[in-house]
Amino acid sequence: MPPDQPLLDIRNLKVEYLTPRGPVRAVDDVSFALRPGEVVGLAGESGSGKSTIAHAILRILRPPALITAGQVLFNGQDVLEMNMAQLEQFRWREVSIVFQSAMNALNPVMRIRDQLLDVMQHHGISTAEAHQRAIRLFDLVGIDPQRLDAYPHQLSGGMRQRAVIAIALALDPPMLIMDEPTTALDVVVQKDILQQIASLRENLGFSILFITHDLSLLVEFSNHIAIMYAGEIVEKAPARELFDRPRHPYTLGLMNSFPSISGEKKKLTGIPGAPPDLVIPPTGCRFHPRCPQVMPICAEVLPVTKPFSADHTVACHLY
Amino acid sequence: MSQTPIPATQTTPERTGTPLLDVRHLTKHFPVSAIVRTRQVHAVEDVSFTVESGQVVALVGESGSGKSTTIRLIARLIPATGGEIFFHGRDVLITEQKQASLAYRRQVQMIFQDPFSSLNAVYTIEHHIARPLIIHKLTHSRQHLQQRVYELLSVVGLDPAPEIASRYPHQLSGGQRQRVAIARALAVDPKLILADEPISMLDVSIRMGILNLIEQLKEEHGIAYLYITHDLASARYIGDKIMVMYAGHMVEGGDCEEIMGNPAHPYTQLLLSAVPDPHAGLHTQKEIGARGEVPSLIDPLPGCLFAARCPKAMDICRQVMPGPTDVKPGHWVRCHLFGPGSKILSKEVV
Amino acid sequence: MNVNARLASSETAEGLKAAWREKIYSTQLGFFRRLFSQPKAVFGILILLIFLLMAVFAPLIAPGDPTRFVARPHQPPSVEHWLGTTGQGQDVFHQLVWGSRVSLFIGFTVGLLTTLIGLVIGMTAGYLGGIADGLINMFTNVFLILPAVPLLIILSSFLPPGTITVIFVLTVTGWAWSARVFRSQTLSLRCKDFVSAAEVSGERTPYIIFVEILPNMMSLVVSSFFGNVIYAILADAGLAFLGFEDVNTASWGSMLFWAQNNSALLQEAWWTFVPPGLCIALVAFATTMMIYAMDEITNPRLRSEKETMSVLKQYHVAAQRATPVVRKNAA
Repeated sequence: MPPDQPLLDIRNLKVEYLTPRGPVRAVDDVSFALRPGEVVGLAGESGSGKSTIAHAILRILRPPALITAGQVLFNGQDVLEMNMAQLEQFRWREVSIVFQSAMNALNPVMRIRDQLLDVMQHHGISTAEAHQRAIRLFDLVGIDPQRLDAYPHQLSGGMRQRAVIAIALALDPPMLIMDEPTTALDVVVQKDILQQIASLRENLGFSILFITHDLSLLVEFSNHIAIMYAGEIVEKAPARELFDRPRHPYTLGLMNSFPSISGEKKKLTGIPGAPPDLVIPPTGCRFHPRCPQVMPICAEVLPVTKPFSADHTVACHLY
Repeated sequence: MSQTPIPATQTTPERTGTPLLDVRHLTKHFPVSAIVRTRQVHAVEDVSFTVESGQVVALVGESGSGKSTTIRLIARLIPATGGEIFFHGRDVLITEQKQASLAYRRQVQMIFQDPFSSLNAVYTIEHHIARPLIIHKLTHSRQHLQQRVYELLSVVGLDPAPEIASRYPHQLSGGQRQRVAIARALAVDPKLILADEPISMLDVSIRMGILNLIEQLKEEHGIAYLYITHDLASARYIGDKIMVMYAGHMVEGGDCEEIMGNPAHPYTQLLLSAVPDPHAGLHTQKEIGARGEVPSLIDPLPGCLFAARCPKAMDICRQVMPGPTDVKPGHWVRCHLFGPGSKILSKEVV
Repeated sequence: MNVNARLASSETAEGLKAAWREKIYSTQLGFFRRLFSQPKAVFGILILLIFLLMAVFAPLIAPGDPTRFVARPHQPPSVEHWLGTTGQGQDVFHQLVWGSRVSLFIGFTVGLLTTLIGLVIGMTAGYLGGIADGLINMFTNVFLILPAVPLLIILSSFLPPGTITVIFVLTVTGWAWSARVFRSQTLSLRCKDFVSAAEVSGERTPYIIFVEILPNMMSLVVSSFFGNVIYAILADAGLAFLGFEDVNTASWGSMLFWAQNNSALLQEAWWTFVPPGLCIALVAFATTMMIYAMDEITNPRLRSEKETMSVLKQYHVAAQRATPVVRKNAA
């Protein structure tokens, strides 16, 4: 496989939720790619559709969700075309996921060891080898292998999240999706976990789709960042480039929402208004009701994604 | 501005006389089991601090630090195990022992973390804001009541007020609900608002709006705030003074900028270094080198509770909990690294 | 079943959404519309209504004293006596109709009383906590542990027979369960921030319990009420069957008592016990349907998942363990 071919290539993906008031266009024509060994950050607030994309890739969205268009190409194969047997091979072996709250992802009445073994045995690994792997995995994520026999409630929040990461790595997948993995954790633990993930990446070389609302985390951690708003990607750029030269008014607004702990103390405004109703989204650009630089055309025509500079695309009428 | 928490026998000269809120040696222990009450969780231990009129004091700590319990003690939602809460110079734990008086409730209000559960889903917004006005008899007629409700909604930026007033909580966004909560707290014209992580459950782009509203109300109405958060950045943004809590103890406190720039306690240093700062990078930040987790608060061991994780721990740290010392005027810390051991021991009153 | 549906018509994805919208239209029209769109609820309400009407209009439907002697005993159903006669020569149909009065009255009264008592005691215990809760809990537990049937029998034996006694006895043995349930719910609601906010505002305790917390429990209260009604009807029938009530008034339970007494099975006089048994079962069943329907109405998630699945089935799109993909034909 040529090194340039993306590992994950999402093209024009659309996901809708059927609700009593009408279909909610949670993900509307989203495209982006992830190359092997890369970390792509997906940033957005509630209702942006970022979690929906994560679940859609693995096709674990529950009714009333429907995928209504697009392709999810993993190594060239479209996940949306797979049958159950192929999906079983795909899930966890090729792509696995770390959820936001470890307490939701772990079974409270099973020991950690058993949960790890369960995953491996289900995919055909022998019990003996599974035991070996379990010890190695725990070591890798930084938990004392002696704690393999603990129940989830006996571990602290940080340890639980490490256990969840270990389970995600059980089958050595080339890609991990991390859906707000540190949001529920304290800041000190968060830093620990992120450093652990970084070192795991160096060891094992997997790619990460990192989903969060905390833009400052992404700048430290990812290669590329995509900003989502109301189901669409509004800006995409390499991390440093995005941070130094943000273009889309929403990105600018987001950056204006994070006070810093060092440097000059200045007044920040955030973004006025609230995320839109996705049953009847605003016409044209979905951000225009809140945009400080809105123009007449913004309310009528949906902006097309255009390249701003090398590897930096924006969907905005200003450009 | 001297903010040293006082050992029992000393008095503290304050800038403007009696502080609005003066908390001394506040302690709260929870029994582990309701029946056999031998083991106790030391949720809050010997916490002392002051809040001046019109001042924003940020209380910073991670989960389990005791900050939420502290604020609930001051809101008098739970009874204290020990200590004193002086409000306008009088110890309310003695003058209003059984439960808080209506007068106290009028002057001390609270806003909560979860905008979804702090409003009662079965009643309209108007009902929520009207109740405090009715209880404290602040209006004289139905029209006056309604007018006042609309005024309050306008003040917090919820317009058109009559339309919002007739809605139910589930019809508003998280940010709007939090503004309703602020309007409700504002209704009685309080002197002190206790804010329990008011923005941590809101969308990022909406948070600044709420923080700015809090500041604006402080400036216009002279309201003091006790602002609890685990997010140092927001604490810095609106805080005049900052207090750092760890495992039930208050370990450092003082002027906000001073502590941010010059953290004395190793835990504060750890906390500051862990905050993701896009201006720095993941690898360029100083490694503080403290590992491990918060110790158990059940019948805790003597000495400083950070000692197990502290890279600079000394023998004395594991034996004696340090008392407060001034690093410089307006900045105190509880750490054996400051002031020779003997000086601390002589100040300590058993 | 196909996981992916390559739908022939390019409009079908839109058609699916339109069908969905239509189906769910009823949910927008408020509680009663929703109620009547549920087959369970309609069934339950209809049955209960029929019995209610039967009870209210008993003098019109079956005039005369149902306990009087009308014909030879154990006559099978005929034109004069629609359900035949009992072992005492009484008209079964008349007894059935008049009996519904007694049974329903006792059922709903006891249901109401046990729910109210359970509410007051349970909510007080749940809200106050501490020692008060401990004491009330102990008191409630005593009544929970006491074996109901023996207690019912003993009380019935000592007290003068009659409807009031039955109501009293059933209420005394039946309130504890509801009290427990309401206490639990109150405990969990008590931790919500809006309760703390009310306290900080200066609200008094009774206000918080009955105006802030109680409205948030209404669906549970209604379900418990119906549950208690079922308990009351069945327990009443049981007591009467065992002969611990006034067996000379016509009620469904006493009809069963006399049927057994007169060896109805041996006599092959099925018409003396099948009708009352059926009525009891029907009322209990209808009430249970009401409870299920209320559950579904108040829990929107249950509702929406079920409805989605039915719409998806219509379009032959199955959601197994993978999100279905429904899209227009690729160009």
